[in-house]
Amino acid sequence: MLHINNLHARINGNEILSGVNLKVQPGEIHAIMGPNGSGKSTLAQVLAGREAYEVTEGEVLYEGKNLLELDPEERAREGVFLAFQYPVEIPGVSNTYFLKAALNSIRKHNGLEELDAVEFLKLIKQRMKIVDMDESLLSRPVNEGFSGGEKKRNEIFHMAVLEPKLAILDETDSGLDIDALRIVADGVNKLRRKDNAVIVVTHYQRLLNYIVPDFVHVLMEGRIVKSGTKELALELEEKGYDWIKVASDSTLATA
Amino acid sequence: MSTETNTLEQLANREYKWGFVTDIEADTAPRGLTEDTIRFISAKKKEPEWLLEWRLKAYRHWLTMAEPRWPNVRYQKIDYQDIIYYSAPKQKKVLNSLDEVDPELLKTYEKLGISLNEQKMLAGVAVDAVFDSVSVATTFKKKLHEAGVIFCSFSEAVQEHPELVKKYLGSVVPANDNFFAALNSAVFSDGSFCYIPKGVRCPMELSTYFRINSADTGQFERTLIVAEEGAYVSYLEGCTAPMRDTNQLHAAVVELVAVGDRAQIKYSTVQNWYPGDKEGKGGIYNFVTKRGKCAGKNSKISWTQVETGSAITWKYPSVILQGDHSVGEFYSVAVVNNYQQADTGTKMIHIGKNTSSTIVSKGISAGFGQNSYRGLVEIKRGSTRSRNFSQCDSLLLGDKCGAHTFPYIEVKNKTSRVEHEASTSKIGEDQIFYCKQRGLTTEDAVGMIVNGFCKEVFRELPMEFAVEAQKLLGISLEGSVG
Repeated sequence: MLHINNLHARINGNEILSGVNLKVQPGEIHAIMGPNGSGKSTLAQVLAGREAYEVTEGEVLYEGKNLLELDPEERAREGVFLAFQYPVEIPGVSNTYFLKAALNSIRKHNGLEELDAVEFLKLIKQRMKIVDMDESLLSRPVNEGFSGGEKKRNEIFHMAVLEPKLAILDETDSGLDIDALRIVADGVNKLRRKDNAVIVVTHYQRLLNYIVPDFVHVLMEGRIVKSGTKELALELEEKGYDWIKVASDSTLATA
Repeated sequence: MSTETNTLEQLANREYKWGFVTDIEADTAPRGLTEDTIRFISAKKKEPEWLLEWRLKAYRHWLTMAEPRWPNVRYQKIDYQDIIYYSAPKQKKVLNSLDEVDPELLKTYEKLGISLNEQKMLAGVAVDAVFDSVSVATTFKKKLHEAGVIFCSFSEAVQEHPELVKKYLGSVVPANDNFFAALNSAVFSDGSFCYIPKGVRCPMELSTYFRINSADTGQFERTLIVAEEGAYVSYLEGCTAPMRDTNQLHAAVVELVAVGDRAQIKYSTVQNWYPGDKEGKGGIYNFVTKRGKCAGKNSKISWTQVETGSAITWKYPSVILQGDHSVGEFYSVAVVNNYQQADTGTKMIHIGKNTSSTIVSKGISAGFGQNSYRGLVEIKRGSTRSRNFSQCDSLLLGDKCGAHTFPYIEVKNKTSRVEHEASTSKIGEDQIFYCKQRGLTTEDAVGMIVNGFCKEVFRELPMEFAVEAQKLLGISLEGSVG
């Protein structure tokens, strides 16, 4: 489904990603972990198409298409979803109205009929349950005045409504208390299907107790230096990142 | 000063020297402005003597006035002698129905999306179409007539209802009020007149589409709306103008009079005149005086405007709150893009007791546009327990545009309350990206955010207008982000 090949990217002349390789198949959950400043969020933003980042080398194939050639909105319509680390407030635009416009633009792109207000309301009523969303947040402007936890929950609610093929969750666990974390993680699990995939970007292993990944990758200094299964996450929790750094440095030295 | 006096004397003398000579057959007044021009216009319209005198008085006063310099706008000096002050479309006979209207004219309306045929079908909307200074078609007259409502062109009102015109003309905006109002009073060509008798609720929204067509024709519209005790009327003014290379002056005057107790007038405008090209060349100068007077107790006047066009906008729809418990409202969206400039706002003059006013102003600036809100809230000594709430929000798109706020507040008693809130925000790249990541285009995103920003004003507009206004906003801001 997603094939990242030797991806290099920079912002303001600083190289952040220095040759990322990653393969994601439908039905899989991948966790990307790493210390602060390792390039995790950059990878998420580059995949979503943020223009501030310049891709200098490498390619990203998504369902056989060159993802990097698509505009951000085209990527979204093709089923790429980013749950933002810092969800953006859009004053004056109600959450419902926003989501309806978003969903219909995606449906239209995929040759489906646009939903009318009644059908749409029915859909969101049902999807609200997935993340135990407070109904009052629907009519309020997108993320405006939401608490940190509400914003994160709202991101997963968007995901539940838009049903992406590839969801990238960027630090969705940060700022969540343990109850909210469980609800959000439950939501992601409920949305899991054979034909979609999730990339979970996180600092801590905590989230991975609830969203159990098939693969765990460690991103350091702009490249994936170690991959493994969920046990790797536990190991990282215990030992931190330094031991990998030493190990990878020596690998590089011998290479 | 002495030169001015001399000129004035010369001009005054000229009238007597040359007397009343004018080519009544001509369809267009000669370029320039003299007392003869005014006599020509007045004669063309077969006006009574008192109205000609009124015009001449305004003209003589205008000669002593100077163009206002205080608005926060820049433009080249206007040559008032290079303007044609009257032109009429060629018209063979009096028209009884739309079928008799020149098909070319109808085509133009259709292009503008305001086909009269369609409008005619749209029950509930009567259209008085003004094409270059002269009304060519008036619909729904009968239904209004049955209700006792008078809705006609200003010229017609002068002929048919001179006593009403004489009573109220200039009663809210005196002929010498300001430079542009005085000019309008001297040379106004046509416009609309509307009278709602006591206790009548006007059975439909009244709508006028103004349009500027002939080259170099200044437009000097005059609108007068009078509502008697307990009467209600909602009036829509929509404006579009085609591409035009030279700047055109538009100096209209609109007077609203809520005469009796509980009289209500709601006046909505969507203005989309040619704003000039991307370099700021051409476009309409829109220098308008709009004012309403709440004379009766519990009367109410409400202005709603969506200003997207014109190279320069200078207008302050105001309300004089004279009757006790009277209410004034001003809801405004002003958009400037490219090199457009707007200096707009309102004046709320509280005179009666327990009067209240609300001001909601939304300014949107894009490109190199400059948007100024200028508003006066004045509460007189005797206007006890009066209230005002003002909210002025500015939205910036890009970093070359400007937003300015000039609030003036004067409260002369201790029992009144005035609140003023203001905010400035910017559509950020992160907001656009967020929307795009959800599948929306930049244009969708900007439209959505801008419409959200203007929501409080749009909901004051009648339904059809709100839809049109949203579309217009999208068109005006096309390509301004990303």
